[in-house]
Amino acid sequence: MSKTAQKTGAKSAEPDSAGTPKHLRALTQDQYLNTLAYVFGPDVQIEPHFPPAQRTDGLLALGTARSGVSSAQLELYQKAALGVSQLVINPERRKFLFTCQPRSATAADAACATAFFTRIGRLIHRRPLTPAELKEYVDEAGAAADRLQDFYKGLAVSIEAMLISPDVLFVVETAEPDPAKAGAQRLDAYSLATRLSLFLWNAAPDDELLRAAEKGELQTPKGRLAQVNRMLASPRLEKGVRAFFDDMFAFDAFAALSKDAQVYPAFTGVTAADAREETLRVVVDHLIAKQGDYRDLFTTRETFISPRLAAIYKLPAPPAWTRYTFPEGSPRSGIVTHVSFLATHAHPVRSSPTMRGKALRELLLCQPVPPPPPNVDFSALENPKSPFKTTRDRVTFHLKNPVCAGCHRITDPMGLALENFDGVGTYRSEEKGQQIDASGTFDGKAFAGAVGLGQALHDNPALTSCLVKRAFSYGSGSAAGNDAQPLLAYFNTRFGEQGYKLPVLLREITTSDAFARVKAE
Amino acid sequence: MNRRRVLRGMLNGGAVTVALPLLDCFLNGNGNAMADGTSMPIRFGTWYWGQGISKNVFVPKQAGVNYELPEEIESLKDIKQHINVLTNLNAYRDTAFFCHYTGWVVARTGIAPETGALPMAESIDTTVANQMGRTTRFKTLSTTATGDVRDIISYESPTTPNPPDFSPISLYARLFGPDFQDPNAPTFTPSPTVMVRKSALSGVMDKIKGLEGKVGAADKTRLDQYFTGLRHLENQFDQQLTKPEPRPACVMPAAMKDMDTGSDYALVAQRHALMSGLLAMAVACDQTRVFNMVYSYGFSNTTKPGYDKPHHTCTHEEPKDEKLGYQPNASWFVRRAMESWANYVKAFASIKEGDGTVLDNCLILGNSDVSEARVHSIEEMAAFTAGKMGGKIKTGLHIPCGGAKITNLGFTALKALGLDMKTWGAKSNETDKTISELLA
Repeated sequence: MSKTAQKTGAKSAEPDSAGTPKHLRALTQDQYLNTLAYVFGPDVQIEPHFPPAQRTDGLLALGTARSGVSSAQLELYQKAALGVSQLVINPERRKFLFTCQPRSATAADAACATAFFTRIGRLIHRRPLTPAELKEYVDEAGAAADRLQDFYKGLAVSIEAMLISPDVLFVVETAEPDPAKAGAQRLDAYSLATRLSLFLWNAAPDDELLRAAEKGELQTPKGRLAQVNRMLASPRLEKGVRAFFDDMFAFDAFAALSKDAQVYPAFTGVTAADAREETLRVVVDHLIAKQGDYRDLFTTRETFISPRLAAIYKLPAPPAWTRYTFPEGSPRSGIVTHVSFLATHAHPVRSSPTMRGKALRELLLCQPVPPPPPNVDFSALENPKSPFKTTRDRVTFHLKNPVCAGCHRITDPMGLALENFDGVGTYRSEEKGQQIDASGTFDGKAFAGAVGLGQALHDNPALTSCLVKRAFSYGSGSAAGNDAQPLLAYFNTRFGEQGYKLPVLLREITTSDAFARVKAE
Repeated sequence: MNRRRVLRGMLNGGAVTVALPLLDCFLNGNGNAMADGTSMPIRFGTWYWGQGISKNVFVPKQAGVNYELPEEIESLKDIKQHINVLTNLNAYRDTAFFCHYTGWVVARTGIAPETGALPMAESIDTTVANQMGRTTRFKTLSTTATGDVRDIISYESPTTPNPPDFSPISLYARLFGPDFQDPNAPTFTPSPTVMVRKSALSGVMDKIKGLEGKVGAADKTRLDQYFTGLRHLENQFDQQLTKPEPRPACVMPAAMKDMDTGSDYALVAQRHALMSGLLAMAVACDQTRVFNMVYSYGFSNTTKPGYDKPHHTCTHEEPKDEKLGYQPNASWFVRRAMESWANYVKAFASIKEGDGTVLDNCLILGNSDVSEARVHSIEEMAAFTAGKMGGKIKTGLHIPCGGAKITNLGFTALKALGLDMKTWGAKSNETDKTISELLA
């Protein structure tokens, strides 16, 4: 019986796979902040403004394994590191963060500094410091303390240096021979701990995970499963799940989303932030708290609304965030009918069935839509004498032109099912005096409106296989290519056998051989 | 003995000035400027707007000095003597074509992109900054008036984008916040805290070597890039520890209020004006010698009040007015861009420096992603230069380039700036030709 079968009691076994390359990944802003909050306490708060990575193969997370750090970006890292170092030595915090008192507050104290950097350095570096590294931090802090005549200011100098160290801001994955398979390589224990922790918690490993790595437990199937189960049960899972879906749903678009204030006066920057939050709350509530079926995210009527969102949904404004269920018969069901999706995939001044259809295909189904060809003149669409009244009339025109039709046939019929929602997601039944026809089709299935679209998505096999692909790519840091198909199919089967529950999928991926296997270079 | 030991020893000895030998990399920049204490440094800048031009109302009918400004660029009348209008420049796609991307990437890097994600080479501002940006506090400054950090036009390497500052208030804080050293301040005291921070930074730099053995070639390049960034930080510390040269033109701007986000044209113009002023003063204060501004991006979201299409959508969907021969609303957006270009040039021209203005010591290149946006054309593109670059560049001209490569413009700038290059660019866009009309 295979290892996988032992741990789950299932019949199928994980197919052999080549693994994924070891990476040099840049920590994202949230990973950096989540780590600092764990190490120094949640009140050590800074706003570092790290720029986002470049989206690669559908995920920002994959961009972190490719992009370099520019000088301007490093300046931001340094500013953040300086800010943190000042907060950490604040007299109020010292009593929590220091286990020793320096002999004198105005001079170096190597013993106390050593105790501090041994503990902090291991958590920040995601592995124990070597004696030489430790000595460097202590010596540097000591020289600075003597020069500035302040023990804590001396420490701050070394903390700042630590926080901009290349092996802190970059995750340098390392491989070792896999004793279970001759000739194969696996991640070493600390690299595996970090990969697990960035995936599930969007933060560096905690003390316990590092302990399991140090003791060798993490490299045993039983030990790894125990750590994964602990991490899945932790409240910190929420941050990891939010980060993953924020990336997969391309919610970075919210950072620059704006709507025309004359056309949509109710939509402000706060509305945009709340829209993002609404969907992430539903994701967390449905997938973690309720352990729900992933597919039901696209049909559920349960949501959360804020005062600002109520204005867009045309509901009485609650005093604060509150649970809300769209009533039976409401045109809204599923996260695709949230303001988040409807507003980010629309123009500043109107809806866009094409953008919405394209987003459904690319973000939720992993089906890339080619860009428009060059030298296309769209202006026939806007001929003042044209009979087009509604958006449907306009986009139907795409299908008459063979150059356009190839791609628009993929996007528009799905997007048209969302035409009852304007450019910010408010319900409408008419456009320019014409009754809106929100019928749509999707891969041969016809339906009416957004509710039908949600059900069609729910029933489409690409919905779950896309999640599996994104989750494995995100967790491993590499875009899953064609050679990963048997592995992804296996994960998808296991996911389905256990009710499409997200924690199950995360467990299957993180405990697989493939997750730790390093592809030969 | 490494540099850090030297430095730490000095700290313990209580030395107050830092007299470390300059790193080699600091010696090969800035060879000409300020060496004798009199000549003004040369600066290089760029300006970018998305969505190109309406040819029949943009391209001047006459060449040379006595040309009339067509209606789309009427707003350049106040800066006509400071700029050159270049028309009929071509880019070549070589492999695949990426709308709103290929055109500017060729103009800024010399090489057509092979994917829509990352260019194939560093951008021209980086090439220049590597030569002359190493002695200033910022090697280069990149800004965007769009409010979107993703509107990137500058690349330090093919895989290292240089994301722009996108908010005036944060740009102000970066330039003129607590770390700003007024070059005209009467007193100067090096900070002991900066000295010890610099020493610790040397320790960080020593770490790179240990990591390089653990990664593959592509990742080693990324670590090298990181190391370059650390050197930049070290340079900034050096700046803070050295009494700056007086800069009579430098006047620290007043603090500013935050402004709204959004892509309404008036907001973009306001953001652009604030950031242009800050950039110009940063140059006057010698905080940087290389600078970039994005007015609008390729997929420009700029909106016009009461019109239901943002700029990019408008270029595709608005019918050409047969009588006018162009798309009226698309042209309206280009006209707003040209007003901001004029304001950008004026920001540098309004600061006196020596016998002239800061602009007189600058060379600024302006370009777009396409010529006619309606059809994504990268033939017959237009571009600008501004500034005389210390007398090396002529201005006041319309130069029809007769279908020449747009890379000729970048190559001319690089040659004029004294970079020793035989050619610039690759494949169809490679060039060894300058635009001789520009050179004084």
